[in-house]
Amino acid sequence: MALFSLARSHKAARVLPGFNITLGFTLTYLSLIVLIPLSALVFKTFTLTWDQFWAAVTGPRVMASYRLTFGASLIAALVNVVFGLLVAWVLVRYNFFGKKVVDALVDLPFALPTAVAGISLTALLAGNGWVGQYLEPMGIQLAFNPNGVVIALIFIGLPFVVRTVQPVLEDAEKELEEAATCLGATRWQTFSRVIFPSIAPALLTGFAMAFARAIGEYGSVIFIAGNMPMVSEITPLIIIGKLEQYDYAGATAVAVVMLVISFVLLLVINALQAWQRRHTGAPA
Amino acid sequence: MSTTMNPSQRRAQAGTTEPAWVRYSLIGVALTFMFFFLVLPLAAVFTEALRKGLDAYWQALQEPDAWSAIYLTFITALIAVPLNLVFGIAAAWAIAKYEFTGKAFLTTLVDLPFSVSPVVAGLIYVLMFGAQGWFGPWLQAHDIKIVFAVPGIVLATVFVTFPFIARELIPLMQAQGNDEEQAAIVLGATGWQTFWYVTLPNIKWGLIYGVILCNARAMGEFGAVSVVSGHIRGQTNTMPLHVEILYNEYQSVAAFAVASLLALLALVTLAIKSVVEWRHARELKATAELPQEMPSA
Repeated sequence: MALFSLARSHKAARVLPGFNITLGFTLTYLSLIVLIPLSALVFKTFTLTWDQFWAAVTGPRVMASYRLTFGASLIAALVNVVFGLLVAWVLVRYNFFGKKVVDALVDLPFALPTAVAGISLTALLAGNGWVGQYLEPMGIQLAFNPNGVVIALIFIGLPFVVRTVQPVLEDAEKELEEAATCLGATRWQTFSRVIFPSIAPALLTGFAMAFARAIGEYGSVIFIAGNMPMVSEITPLIIIGKLEQYDYAGATAVAVVMLVISFVLLLVINALQAWQRRHTGAPA
Repeated sequence: MSTTMNPSQRRAQAGTTEPAWVRYSLIGVALTFMFFFLVLPLAAVFTEALRKGLDAYWQALQEPDAWSAIYLTFITALIAVPLNLVFGIAAAWAIAKYEFTGKAFLTTLVDLPFSVSPVVAGLIYVLMFGAQGWFGPWLQAHDIKIVFAVPGIVLATVFVTFPFIARELIPLMQAQGNDEEQAAIVLGATGWQTFWYVTLPNIKWGLIYGVILCNARAMGEFGAVSVVSGHIRGQTNTMPLHVEILYNEYQSVAAFAVASLLALLALVTLAIKSVVEWRHARELKATAELPQEMPSA
C-alpha cells in the first residue's frame, strides 16, 4: 500500500531491522481480521436500494431504539463523568483504608464478562433482589425498563472516566494550587478555576469513551432491559432481531449506521486525546 | 493519613487540600457509589450461585454442557490471545520504532475494533462466511463450517480482542525510544537478539498486562460470539453463552454457578493487574533513585 510507504531518505538512516516484516504482518493481519470483514458490511448494503436502506434504518421500532440507545448512553456517560471524577479525585488526593483494593476494583467492569454483569445487576434490581425489594414499595422500578439500561451502561462506562482522569490528576502541579491559595482564592475557586480546566480535556475524553462504549454495548443490557419493542429495545438488539428473521440486508443497514457512528466517535476521541496532549504538554 | 505526615508537610498541604468534613464526605459518597455499582453486583454473583448450597453449586458445574462450554472458552482464548500477542508486538514495533507516512491513520485503524459494537463484529463474519455470505457457497461446497461453528467463534473473539496488546505496547515502546536497541545493533546483536534481550525486558510488564486483559475479554466476550455461535448446546456454547441459556431457562443457580467462574476469572485478572502495576511502579522508582552518572573530573 502506497499509503504506508516510507520516504527513501528515511530508509538510509534506519538502524533497527524488522520494519518491513512487522509492518507487512500488521497490515496483512489488520486487513484479514478487520478491514475486509468490515468492508463486507458496507458492500452488503449496496444490495439495497437507497429507499430500502432508508426504510430499514428509519422504521419506527428502529427509531425508538436509537432514542433509547443514545438517550441512555448520554445519561450514563454524564453520571460517569460526575462519579468518575469523584472516584478519581478521592483515589488520587486522599488516603483511606483499603484504597488499593478500591483502586483495583475500578477496573472490574473491564474484567467482568458483560453477560455476568447483566444477570447480576438484574438479580439485584428485580423486585425480589437485594436492592429491588426496598425500591419496589417506593414505586421505583429499575429493572426491565429503560432505567435498567441506564444502570447497566453506568456500570460498564465507569472505568473509562476514572482511568483517563486519574493520571492527569496525579500529574497536576500542586504549585499552581498553592499559588492560587496564596493569592487569596478559596478552595472552591482553586478547584473550579485552576484544577478543573486542567482536567477538563481528560474528562471530556473519558465521557466520549464511555459514551462510545455504551452505544455498542449488548451483553450487560439485554438481561436487565426487558427488551420491549418501542420501549426498552436497544439498537444492537434490533440487529440481532433482524438476523434471527433472516433479514440480513436490514440487519446490515442498521449495523452500517452504528458503524458510521462509532467511527465518528473514534475520530472525536482521537482528536480529544490530541488536544489533551497539547493541553498538558506531555505524551499521554 | 495525617499520621503519616510530619508537621511541616501538613502546613504545606493546608492550602492544597479540603477541610476534613469535605474530605470524608467525598470519600463516603465515592465509596457508596462503588459499593452499589461494583461490590454488590460482584457479591450477588456468588450469593446467587450458592443460594441452594454448595452441593447444588458443584452439581451445576459438573453438567457435561457446562464442561464443554468451559472447554470451548479455553480453546478460544488459547487461539485468540497468542494471535493477538504476535500482532500486538509486530504492530507496536512498526509503529513505535519507526516514522512513516500514514502512521496516525494506522494507529486509528488498530483501535477500530474497540469502538465497533460487538454485535456488528459478529455480523461481519456472518456476512463473510454465512450461507448467504461472500464465501458461503464455496465453503458449503467444500463442507467447511465457519459461522455457527468453532472457527467463527474464534474469529469473532480475535476481532473484539484485536487492539488490547498493541494498545498497551505502543505508548510504552514509544516512551522508551530506540537508543537501547540501536546500541545493541551497533554492538553486533542480531535483530532477534536485540528484541529478546533489550526490548522484551523493557516491555514485559506492559506485555503481561495486555495479555491478561486480552484473555479476560476473550473468555468473557458475549455479543460478538452470540451472533456467530448458533447456540448449539454442548458444541458452540462458550461460558457466557451458556450462562445466558441457563438464565433464560430459569435455572438461576446453574447460571450463576457458571457466572461465578467468570467472576473469579475477573478477580484473578484484577489481582494480576494490580501486582503488575505495583511491581512496575517499584521498578520505575528504583530506576529514578539510581545515582546520576557523572563524568569523572
